[in-house]
Amino acid sequence: MSKELLKVKDLHISAEDNTEILKGIDLTINKGEIHVIMGPNGSGKTTTANAIFNNPAYIDKKGQVIFDGEDITNLKTDEIARKGIFMSFQLPEEIPGISVSNFLKVAKGKITGKPIKIFEFKDELKKNMEELSIDPEYADRSLNVGFSGGEKKKNEILQMLTLNPKLAILDETDSGLDVDAIRTVSKGIEMFKNDENAVLIITHNTKILHSLKVDKVHILVDGKIVAEGDRDLANVIEQIGYSDYKS
Amino acid sequence: MAKTQIEDINRNIYDFKKEDNYDYKIKKGLTKEIVEEISKQKNDPDWMREIRLHALEVYNELELPTWGPDLSELNMDDIATYVRPKSKLNSSWDDVPEDIKDTFDRLGIPEAEKESLAGVGAQYDSEVVYHSMKEELKKQGVIYTDMETAVREYPDLVKSHFMKCVPVNDHKFVALHAAVWSGGSFVYVPKGVKVDVPLQSYFRLNSPESGQFEHTLIIVEEGASLHFIEGCSAPKYNKVNLHAGCVELYVGDNAHLRYSTIENWSKNMLNLNTKKALCGKNSEMEWVSGSFGSKISMLYPMSILNGEGARTEFTGISFAGKGQNLDNGFKVIHNAPNTKSVINAKSISKHGGKCTYRSLVRITENAPKSKSSVSCESLMLDDISVSDTIPTNDIRTDEVEFSHEAKIGKISDKAIFYLMSRGISEEDAKAMIVRGFAYPISKELPVEYAVEMNNLINLELEGAIG
Repeated sequence: MSKELLKVKDLHISAEDNTEILKGIDLTINKGEIHVIMGPNGSGKTTTANAIFNNPAYIDKKGQVIFDGEDITNLKTDEIARKGIFMSFQLPEEIPGISVSNFLKVAKGKITGKPIKIFEFKDELKKNMEELSIDPEYADRSLNVGFSGGEKKKNEILQMLTLNPKLAILDETDSGLDVDAIRTVSKGIEMFKNDENAVLIITHNTKILHSLKVDKVHILVDGKIVAEGDRDLANVIEQIGYSDYKS
Repeated sequence: MAKTQIEDINRNIYDFKKEDNYDYKIKKGLTKEIVEEISKQKNDPDWMREIRLHALEVYNELELPTWGPDLSELNMDDIATYVRPKSKLNSSWDDVPEDIKDTFDRLGIPEAEKESLAGVGAQYDSEVVYHSMKEELKKQGVIYTDMETAVREYPDLVKSHFMKCVPVNDHKFVALHAAVWSGGSFVYVPKGVKVDVPLQSYFRLNSPESGQFEHTLIIVEEGASLHFIEGCSAPKYNKVNLHAGCVELYVGDNAHLRYSTIENWSKNMLNLNTKKALCGKNSEMEWVSGSFGSKISMLYPMSILNGEGARTEFTGISFAGKGQNLDNGFKVIHNAPNTKSVINAKSISKHGGKCTYRSLVRITENAPKSKSSVSCESLMLDDISVSDTIPTNDIRTDEVEFSHEAKIGKISDKAIFYLMSRGISEEDAKAMIVRGFAYPISKELPVEYAVEMNNLINLELEGAIG
């Protein structure tokens, strides 16, 4: 088995008005690695994550996405998820009338392709909720409905732990969170991480990275990766910002 | 037995001689003779015959409603056709449309019951269950029977309540109903008796002609409580296309009644049903209503809060597909102090279907310190479907709390993408969102009905997703 998990080749996305949002992204993530994408607002970070997931809203897409040796560029979003990619949303959707627990049961069934053992599932969910300091009653509440920003983000991490993907893309999961919540999210990532999977963290700040072993940092400005380095690069960016990379 | 009688009616009224080249011919219009004949065949007591004949006069005087969906396809001169029982329409299982059969299959309805629902077979025989239940209730003094039996065996109770909650002159279809009614349920719960299992009309052996002009009369005496469930979610198929039932509910002081229905008519049906509840002091009246199927539906259950402190709650959902116009809603009259109403109405429309929420909240001068909150939400599954909200709020006293909230929305692409990113297909994601939207209603239903309603939603959604 190759160590390479995700390979993004020359990925372009254009908006409806033909302005190019992504201008050729290349990215390689190996199993066992944690990658970070940093960049100013509007640089294309969220678009990159959505493009990997083939969001149908992007009509004009060029380039290639290879996952675990398979071309997934044009697969449907749900098929990509079933291949083993997960994304934590910046703004998770509220779905009334579907409980967190039922939703995850359905999703896990779809992703594993196997029937869910109810008791095992419930025990695992309970344990993960405890680890993430989520009130157990949230399991029966409608998905994200009336959740605070922090609760929504923790719920995304809970979903990641439950669905156990090969690659987790965390899109600004830390933004808007207080220190304790950021620590909880980091803890969730540590619990998830092993040598066979990988994490791609999209973030604005380095707090979430403190307890994590970061392998590579990519700086995304204006739809292009303008710099790459180890975690020290993240610290530099945090101090001086992106002005050096802006044209 | 009832069936045989009905066949006799047909022969008497409709059969003509062969020289016409017809086996029989239908006399147009609804005549006194027809109503008298129905009354005679049903062995009505005089008072009931008088109600029918009076209702016929009222029917002839009243005009069709001048508002709401267009009912012009209903030829009132052919009304005799509708009154004519289906047993004479040479119905057979083979004549039942394929989509109806298919739906029965997929909802998992047993064979015998399917035929009954399609109006072509003997009633589903749940006699054993029904009788054991009846014995238990009998000990408590509860009466649960069909309307015809009630008229015969409990004339005083029926006489003092029949068409008293819903007056004969309420509208044209009520008058029609009163003139030709047949079948339906009668429930009487004595003072202080709490019936702890839901009564389901499903268990009752209906007379074969019921289901079109059926009459439901429920009396819950002081301090008593009842949950009554009408119908089931399989499509009820009748060749004739008019349904004008009537439901009268009497909720005594401190009494509690929950009335749940899932109406799922075949898609040729004009469903013009009338339902009212009279609510006493500190009583509680809950309506749970699912409206599926039918071509046109005009359905506005009503609570009249006559006793101080009476409360009512309405939770309802309508689902309109292609060619369907569901004009549904709720009406409440606050007519005593400290009364309260909570209304939660939802609708789903797809494939050009139309859902209208039409409501009335009236708080009279007699009802200070009353509260009413209305919430209606519509979900449209495509750009060609229609949703409308027509509330009437008539508030005649100052000291009230009233709120009205209306939301009209579509399934958001973002929500679908979110669910798909969890491995759920687009079709399943949409169905999940719709089921979630309907959840506040399905959670109020007994589990077997909730499951059927979810199955029904899934069936309705098939093909809606492209």
